[in-house]
Amino acid sequence: MENLDLLLPEIFTSMVIMLFLMIGVFKKKSSSLIYNLTTISLVVLLAIVYNLNSVSETSLFNESYKIDNLSNFMKIILVASGIFVMLTSSKYLQISKINKIEYPILVLSAILGMMVMISSNDLIVFYMGLELQSLALYVLASFNRDNLLSTESGLKYFILSALSSGLLLYGCSLVYGFAETTNFNEILINSSKTEYGLSFGIVFILVGLAFKISAVPFHMWAPDVFQGSPTSVTIFFAILPKIAALTVFIRFLYVPFANMSDQWQMIIIFLSIASMIFGAVAAIGQNNLKRLVAYSSIGHMGYALAGLSVGTNTGIQSSITYMTIYLVMNLAFFSCLFMLRRNEIYYEKIEDLSGLSKNHPILAFSLLVILFSLAGIPPLAGFFAKFYIFMAVVEQSMYFLAVVGLLSTVVAAFYYLRIIKVIYFDPEKEMYEKNHHIGLKLTLILSTIFIIGYFIYPSGLTEIISKINII
Amino acid sequence: MNFPILSSLILLPTIGALFIFFVRSSSGKYQASKYLSLFISIANFILSIYLWYVFDKNSIDFQFVENREWLLGFVNYKVGIDGISILFIILTTFITPICIILVNATIKKRLKDFLIAILLMETFMIGVFCSLDLVVFYLFFEAGLIPMFLIIGIWGGERRVYSAFKFFLYTLLGSVLMLIAIISIYWLTGTTDVEKLYEIGIDAKYQNLLWLAFFSSFAVKTPMWPVHTWLPDAHVEAPTAGSVLLAAILLKMAGYGFIRFSLGLFPLASDYFVPLIYFLSLVAIIYTSLVALMQEDMKKLIAYSSVAHMGFVTLGIFTMTQQGIEGSIFQMISHGLISAALFLSVGVVYERHHTRLINKYGGLVQIMPKYAIVFMVFTLGAIGLPGTSGFVGEFLILIGTFKKSFLVATIASLGVILGAAYMLWLYKRIIFGEIINNELKSMIDLKKFEILILFSLVIPIIFFGLYPEPLINSMEVSVGNLLDMFNTSIKTNLAYKN
Repeated sequence: MENLDLLLPEIFTSMVIMLFLMIGVFKKKSSSLIYNLTTISLVVLLAIVYNLNSVSETSLFNESYKIDNLSNFMKIILVASGIFVMLTSSKYLQISKINKIEYPILVLSAILGMMVMISSNDLIVFYMGLELQSLALYVLASFNRDNLLSTESGLKYFILSALSSGLLLYGCSLVYGFAETTNFNEILINSSKTEYGLSFGIVFILVGLAFKISAVPFHMWAPDVFQGSPTSVTIFFAILPKIAALTVFIRFLYVPFANMSDQWQMIIIFLSIASMIFGAVAAIGQNNLKRLVAYSSIGHMGYALAGLSVGTNTGIQSSITYMTIYLVMNLAFFSCLFMLRRNEIYYEKIEDLSGLSKNHPILAFSLLVILFSLAGIPPLAGFFAKFYIFMAVVEQSMYFLAVVGLLSTVVAAFYYLRIIKVIYFDPEKEMYEKNHHIGLKLTLILSTIFIIGYFIYPSGLTEIISKINII
Repeated sequence: MNFPILSSLILLPTIGALFIFFVRSSSGKYQASKYLSLFISIANFILSIYLWYVFDKNSIDFQFVENREWLLGFVNYKVGIDGISILFIILTTFITPICIILVNATIKKRLKDFLIAILLMETFMIGVFCSLDLVVFYLFFEAGLIPMFLIIGIWGGERRVYSAFKFFLYTLLGSVLMLIAIISIYWLTGTTDVEKLYEIGIDAKYQNLLWLAFFSSFAVKTPMWPVHTWLPDAHVEAPTAGSVLLAAILLKMAGYGFIRFSLGLFPLASDYFVPLIYFLSLVAIIYTSLVALMQEDMKKLIAYSSVAHMGFVTLGIFTMTQQGIEGSIFQMISHGLISAALFLSVGVVYERHHTRLINKYGGLVQIMPKYAIVFMVFTLGAIGLPGTSGFVGEFLILIGTFKKSFLVATIASLGVILGAAYMLWLYKRIIFGEIINNELKSMIDLKKFEILILFSLVIPIIFFGLYPEPLINSMEVSVGNLLDMFNTSIKTNLAYKN
């Protein structure tokens, strides 16, 4: 019998999901109870995942499920950001009247799916995790069912995501057909024997994955879904699925297809350059902050992909570091969005930030820090994220990628500056409400401190991440 | 090295800024935060003077070096000073208190934020001049954009948003290429430590490209023609204190970068690109002087004159002669003082008459005699009259240039004449002549704190003009050492080629 204790995080999550469903059925008006229980169980989950850290690399179920440094680290940041997402959005759900019992349960199932994706070492296991995640996300995107935009975004996400899942599945079947196995390690062994067939499989799989992390040219769903979904779901979309998808990207590229880097490298470089440029240029004209974040996250994914395209351990590590810092910045940014509340209405336009620095100096200062960090200006954390990426890229003498990346940071700086301009240079408007949920405040304070203070001890994070050696 | 004196110089203003940030803002406390920041900046000035005092002027090594592990495996936090950087540090710590005294009169809103911005700016500027690691240098160099962007944008004039954006994006665009160059240097040599890089040297075949990448950043920041257009906009729109910081110190970062990095790290490329620099500098000197002649806005005129003066600086640096480089450093220090003084003087009349247009003024000598005298000193300093510090710098630079090229030196000398023309004409139009406007009569002469500020600038301008020894002394050995390294590497490369 396999040692099931390694699967404890997944088992725990599924048990909790079922338990909460039962509570929801038998107890009336239990939504906020379940919401709080979910947050607590995520904390417990974090402890369990963290506990697995000491376990050396192992594979379960005929090597189809992998526990290693990569999966452990990714699960930790996944669950941790899950906790913070729950903390920030509790009040939002109440005010938007979407605090139903299904919401936290769907969040939990999405996280379960993502954990399966992160650990998967087999095409079928991977697809199972992906679908569990996607199905939960479809419902979450349209959770505010009385809102036209929300239902639209849910439908849009469903159709495009189903399409991409189809492509992905087709790619998987091609790979299975030519490599005669679904196990990643065996695909690697068999990949040397086969010829062109496998390349088609790779292309389809990469396209499917690019959909999931909204890399250009497969980004079309992101702006609409980000804008239309309830903000509490947008923050979820902006962070968690990307962690999972990036991990799967790393696994696919560096385990089964490691010998075929000449086949996929150009694709990744193209995705990366296209995303960086498009993310920077398209965001300039946006007025809705959520939509703007969608474009900016497209750009940020471009940088993470640039690290992946390099083909070295430093490259992978730089991508993971980028992802970690990116998710903290996004958490901080969305916490600020949740604070723009007046008379039970949340504001999400750029002009709603006008003159914020006079009425809410601390909030404005946090936004200033976050935006400069997103733009990659030193000494904030965002600069170091980009710095590691370019370190890895230049090491392999990929100067073109580096120059394009850096020039698009300048373009991107423009729209971040535009928001800062509105906050600091424009005349003030009405005050926003000042009483916020303690979890929201905590998230904002912690993440802002992380962004400002990262430069004091940058090696802490690098040291942990440098243990992740895939190649 | 026991006490980390350089790190305390860098950190002290930030600590002050933190204090001010956390002091609750009620109207009465503004005074407290102002005195606190003034106290901190003056303490920093005294600390830097002490540093100058204990600094060993005869040593070619970097002194007060601190080296700590920082970015794992890549970069160390390394700071240290030599005879060149100490002067810029003192200039910085000297100008900052002046800007802080100035806030009383010029900043009407959000005083607290302004003080925080100025103090953070001081941290970053001192950091730039101390850092002995390329990444640390880049960090400080870029970080300075944030407070300056806010200073121009929040407290600036009518077109402040446009100017702030232009300033930020121009500078950022220039610097990102430098970042790629820095990373490339790391992978080529395995270190970004400046001292080690001086020893190892960088492979000749990469030098030209790397030099150009650094040049793109420094040229924007200097600013050199044709990328100087952000400067007049930024100067005109910035509040007086911002203009002073910008002209006196920010521009000097690039000149310092040219000396420390372009000459030091890429000697062969610097040698190769001398004609380019000569050309751009001469255009800057002649063309922007002519442009300055035609300006109707006082601040714009001084901004263009800054571009011309920085043209002299770049010219002097790339003569690669002892006199040229010393002259350039001297010119930077003196221009730091004089341009600061000129912007302050413009600020004084703007304060009273609320316009910067030259044709709205006239005959000020009859109303403000004290002001006329002080302004005269600064005008003469800007022209480079013997007896002011402006003269020493330009004179040394021209000597250095004559050694290398007679033609270039002749053209550059024309710039001196043009400089006299636009400055004296400006002076004539503002100070002499009829009082053209009745409103002018209500202007009062200098107030006490203005006299204090302006005189604190008059003294060093005249003192160093008459007795330049202290400055020359402290930089002489370091400049000589830099030139030795430069000449050795040129020679070895020639020998290698033959």
